[in-house]
Amino acid sequence: MSAKHTTPKKSFFRSGREDSPFKRILIHLVLIISCVIAIFPILRILAVSLRPGNRLMSTDLAIIPPDATLESYRIILFEKPFLSWVWNSLAITISTALIGVILAATAAYAFSRWKFPGRSVGLVFLLATQMIPASMLMIPIYILAIKLGMVGTYRGLVIAYCVTSIPFSVWILKGYYDTIPVDLEEAARIDGCSQLQAFLRVLLPLSTPALAITFLFNFMAAWNEYLLARVMLGSQESLLTWPLGLQRLQGQFQTQWGQFSAGSILVMVPVMVLFLYSSKYLISGLTLGGVKG
Amino acid sequence: MITSEVILKSLGEVGTTVLLILIGTVLVEALLYLILMKWLKYKYALPFMLLAPAAIGLIALVIYPLIWELRLSFTNMSLKAFRDPAFIGIKNYVRVFTEPVLKQKMFFPLLGQTILWTVINITFHVGGGLGLAMLLNRKMRGKGIYRAIIILPWAVPQVIAVLAWRGEFNFAYGYFNIILTKLGLPGVQWLADPVANFAAMCMTNIWLGIPFMMVTLLGGLQSISSEFYEAAEMDGANAWQQFRNITLPLIQPVLTPAILLGTFWTFNNFNVPFFINQNELESSDILVTGLFRAAFQYNRYGFSAAFAFVIFALLLLFTIFYMRYTRSLKGAYES
Repeated sequence: MSAKHTTPKKSFFRSGREDSPFKRILIHLVLIISCVIAIFPILRILAVSLRPGNRLMSTDLAIIPPDATLESYRIILFEKPFLSWVWNSLAITISTALIGVILAATAAYAFSRWKFPGRSVGLVFLLATQMIPASMLMIPIYILAIKLGMVGTYRGLVIAYCVTSIPFSVWILKGYYDTIPVDLEEAARIDGCSQLQAFLRVLLPLSTPALAITFLFNFMAAWNEYLLARVMLGSQESLLTWPLGLQRLQGQFQTQWGQFSAGSILVMVPVMVLFLYSSKYLISGLTLGGVKG
Repeated sequence: MITSEVILKSLGEVGTTVLLILIGTVLVEALLYLILMKWLKYKYALPFMLLAPAAIGLIALVIYPLIWELRLSFTNMSLKAFRDPAFIGIKNYVRVFTEPVLKQKMFFPLLGQTILWTVINITFHVGGGLGLAMLLNRKMRGKGIYRAIIILPWAVPQVIAVLAWRGEFNFAYGYFNIILTKLGLPGVQWLADPVANFAAMCMTNIWLGIPFMMVTLLGGLQSISSEFYEAAEMDGANAWQQFRNITLPLIQPVLTPAILLGTFWTFNNFNVPFFINQNELESSDILVTGLFRAAFQYNRYGFSAAFAFVIFALLLLFTIFYMRYTRSLKGAYES
């Protein structure tokens, strides 16, 4: 790269600031249009959430309406059970994401470091579970849950969330463990650690980025899950999670647009901040899991 | 409004379940320790102990329900015959292909619709994602900001994104029709007209899916050393030749799994068709929402189970062919 080569014309793939101004403007234009398409629907939610109650239905396209008010936020926070939906979701999501990561972290270690009988069958099985349509498993789980009396409680839901995220997590974590040399654990074992201690004290601390990604994935999957919660919780008013609650606001006779949008903004902004903050790790984790397998 | 009663109730529910899981795990581990480690002194005792909790979970919540569902698919279980379903052999499987799977829709039109849906979405996801990734994989000002904004749709919880999009497809107040009217065009019945509804579903899902492809492919592009392009330029290769002979082959290891994963996700995508359509138009159903409708709206459990296995078989066949064809995932399960 250091050698100054003689080709005068640089191709599309490497060129940077030496491009012709026209080409640079064109590229920026395309990117700006993409950004507008990406962000406009999100800003519209904000716009609707700020409208006063009598102007919810309007053909106004302004992002901050001229008579902006926080009325919808007040209603959803203090007059609707929105906070208890969020609380329910948080309680379920944090506990299941934690358990899911622990189960996957240990299983991935076994897959990464031992050639035990049934290993390749297990890995193919993990891949195959990704093909099962969600509504396919819903049928037997729902009927079994009725028979076990688990409908209308969190029991079935919590167990299901813990387990369903395992295959994907194991793939990501195994891919990451594979990149860590076994020598490190062997060194620890020479120093008198047991295999389990070597895993806990050497490998796990080194895998923090991958563990964080997996936790985030599990968290997002459970946090945003709608279908299973709808099937398992039925019409238990006090147990609703936020996706069910928000859908209910929209699904009634007359859509509570303002409240729906205000609730959406409240749920969405923390998730988006978390996501953007961790997106760098997310990307490396994904490509690692994808390429290395 | 949140009361301490609600807080305690959900905490109690979650807490007892977590406790049950913990007790179960400890019991299983103790049992395995005694049998494998102490009694059999098995070489692979530790890995099996590490695997056990996850394996038991997957057996209980994936394998067992699937076997149970397979049995269900040979019975006539429905809401009427919930307690005493009768064994009816392969009749359900015959019915999937010969009778309407929903009220009017037959299986093959539904399959065609699903394939169309998958092909349209994956084409736009890969095309848009690769295009944006290539634009962003250059030295330029504001790259980080562009990337952060374009990723945003991925960060929005799907339920919110799709419900908000549905609102924007409203005939009078959604921005699509507002913009169309401003341009002097007639508004479109996005929610009532079958073709427009399908288009609405595709638009929503394309918007949702491009960021994932872009991010994954950008990772792949960044790993290609610029020396390849320099060498190609020396040899006088034009931009298309460089794309065809350097970019495509070298991002193959990232592209192939991403397409495979994207195909499963799109083929099995539930949220977008379900929420845009809200179970109204049967014409907008794809296989998985049709399956949900058959099971939970029409309550034909035995029939839906057979239907589910037909869908699963299709996906399995697709995967086998795809893997044979590309060979790229071979290393993944043989390593």
